[in-house]
Amino acid sequence: MPVNPGDRPNGTVRTVLAEDGVLLREGLSGLLERFGFAVVEAVGDAAALEDAVRRHGPGLVVTDIRMPPGYSDEGLRAAVRLRRERPGLAVVALSQYVEQSYAADLLDSGGGAGVGYLLKERVADVEEFAAQLGRVAAGGTVVDPEVVRQLLRRRRDPLERLSEREREVLAEIAGGHSNTAIARRMHLSEAAVGKHIGNILAKLDLPPDDGLNRRVMAVLAYLRSA
Amino acid sequence: MGAVPDDHPRTLLQALARPGYLLSLWPLRALLYGATTPLSALLWGVPLGLLSLPWVFPAAALAGTVHGVPATPWGAVLLLALGALLLAAAGPLVALPGAALERLRVRLVDDRPLPTPHREPRRTGLAAWFATRYTEGATWRGMAVLVLTALLFLPLTGAVALLLVFCASMAAAPLLVWGSVGPVALGPWEIETLAASWIPALAGVGLLAAGAYIGGLAVAAQAELVRFMQRDRGEEALRAELTEVTRSRARLVDAFEAERRRIERDLHDGAQQRLVALSMQLGLARLDLPEGSAARERIAGAQEQAKRALEELRELVHGIHPQVLTDRGLEAALPELADRCAVPTEVRVGIDRRPPAHTEATAYFAVAEALANTAKHSGATSARVDARMEGRTLVVEVSDDGRGGAQAAEGGGLTGLADRAEAADGRILLSSPPGGPTLLRLELPCP
Repeated sequence: MPVNPGDRPNGTVRTVLAEDGVLLREGLSGLLERFGFAVVEAVGDAAALEDAVRRHGPGLVVTDIRMPPGYSDEGLRAAVRLRRERPGLAVVALSQYVEQSYAADLLDSGGGAGVGYLLKERVADVEEFAAQLGRVAAGGTVVDPEVVRQLLRRRRDPLERLSEREREVLAEIAGGHSNTAIARRMHLSEAAVGKHIGNILAKLDLPPDDGLNRRVMAVLAYLRSA
Repeated sequence: MGAVPDDHPRTLLQALARPGYLLSLWPLRALLYGATTPLSALLWGVPLGLLSLPWVFPAAALAGTVHGVPATPWGAVLLLALGALLLAAAGPLVALPGAALERLRVRLVDDRPLPTPHREPRRTGLAAWFATRYTEGATWRGMAVLVLTALLFLPLTGAVALLLVFCASMAAAPLLVWGSVGPVALGPWEIETLAASWIPALAGVGLLAAGAYIGGLAVAAQAELVRFMQRDRGEEALRAELTEVTRSRARLVDAFEAERRRIERDLHDGAQQRLVALSMQLGLARLDLPEGSAARERIAGAQEQAKRALEELRELVHGIHPQVLTDRGLEAALPELADRCAVPTEVRVGIDRRPPAHTEATAYFAVAEALANTAKHSGATSARVDARMEGRTLVVEVSDDGRGGAQAAEGGGLTGLADRAEAADGRILLSSPPGGPTLLRLELPCP
């Protein structure tokens, strides 16, 4: 059943936020509250994140990947652990860089449902960012366009068959957008978007599927099968 | 300038080869040297002998002289080890002054200077002194000199002394006969009259002259050996110096690497976080302004600027030190690197353990540089990165199907990387004939 998670009110989403930079933590907290997420706790490291999640049982976790004490990928590891522990917990990981291996770890957890991997700087586009969090909280998959861009470069051969426009649409699909949203964002008619998507799936030999999440996963799985 | 005939021999060996030897001071100098040899042998040989005392028992048991001592093999091994340990621990403390005295003694029969072969410790303090002395070859060669003096040169000196005493007493036969009442026994001969004593006396003088040569030769051999063992080995000092320089270069590279990480971390925690927070605040501020207002447009513009700054900073920081390399090693970092390359690049990483951080960094930046060159100059349509362990060496190969002709000098980056690899005892090999293909091979030792 196709859903448009962006339309879902976020007020019900209890959220735990983990970010070690105080400035950013405060800012993100404010942003989330403003868009109707209920931030039940905002913490500064991975251990505190796991504690908070166990205490509050939130619906969504938004976490920085690199956090104390090691400033490595503690946030990501905690997120993957938490998802194994609590199937259905939605997690959005924020990263300073696109690292395919991090994205892969997260997407592989829990079948890729309710997962987001975004560059930190995407928070600048506050409305879009909030909408993406909402989609993930609703079980969707959101992958940063930069990930798709890099994956596209890796798999040159069959993807060369895609037109410039189709590549753009592919990146939008990976962003977890619905056909309607893609049409609005790319200033196209919904019919045109549908046609592009059909072409993409056909060119990549993927079965047509209108479930957003599965669509993203199929495309990513294909791209990553290099 | 022709060769100036050297009228003054500087060593006993040179003097022996000259006609005036017997009439010079050299035989006397050799005699003095020979006479002091037993003193030196006792002074240093006794303590060394005491240190190696545990060796006596197994040796004696082996020879079967000590009965009643159960010659268990383990006991023998234990005693042997104990002796070796004692010699290794305390031997140099005997050898250092002993060898110094031997070097002084050599000056009796050798005018050439023989400075100390020992290095100055690099740092002050007793620990540094001990570390230097116990690790340099000169100390142990000094000990060998003392052992040889006691075991080889002492008996030799004794034999020569016996010969000389015999010759001297023959030469002194007339005096002996004149001063005694009965016949004088000189070896197998008995001399009864003063007249008969002149023959052995003449023979004795002749033999004494020969003895001066034989003894001189023995002393010269000993002195030359001491000199050989105790001279300052320039190349050894140089080698030590070189290792030191290499080590300090490696330290520099390590420090450099640590500094890069620090900068990366500072930028990540500081400027990047602030810029992200700033652009987020701008985004929120934009929401509060009426749609289409000039202020909203301005804020959107400012946001765009902040976004560009973030993108540039992200690339810059990644270039300084990629976080993924620290977190997940070459296995994850090299494919990411290939993804960023404009030329389609296949990556194979077969490394069973993580090399040291600076080795990983050197390999990573070498591949980055090679791929950048491939994208810029080669015109290649595909490239390949292959990283694997060959024994204790990390081998990374980057190849492309481009037009070749790459030179290390052309890309200054490659030369810098070659220096870095060299500082880590590794090397970079480049094969790039005109027309291609290009292959860059990096070898780094991995303990």
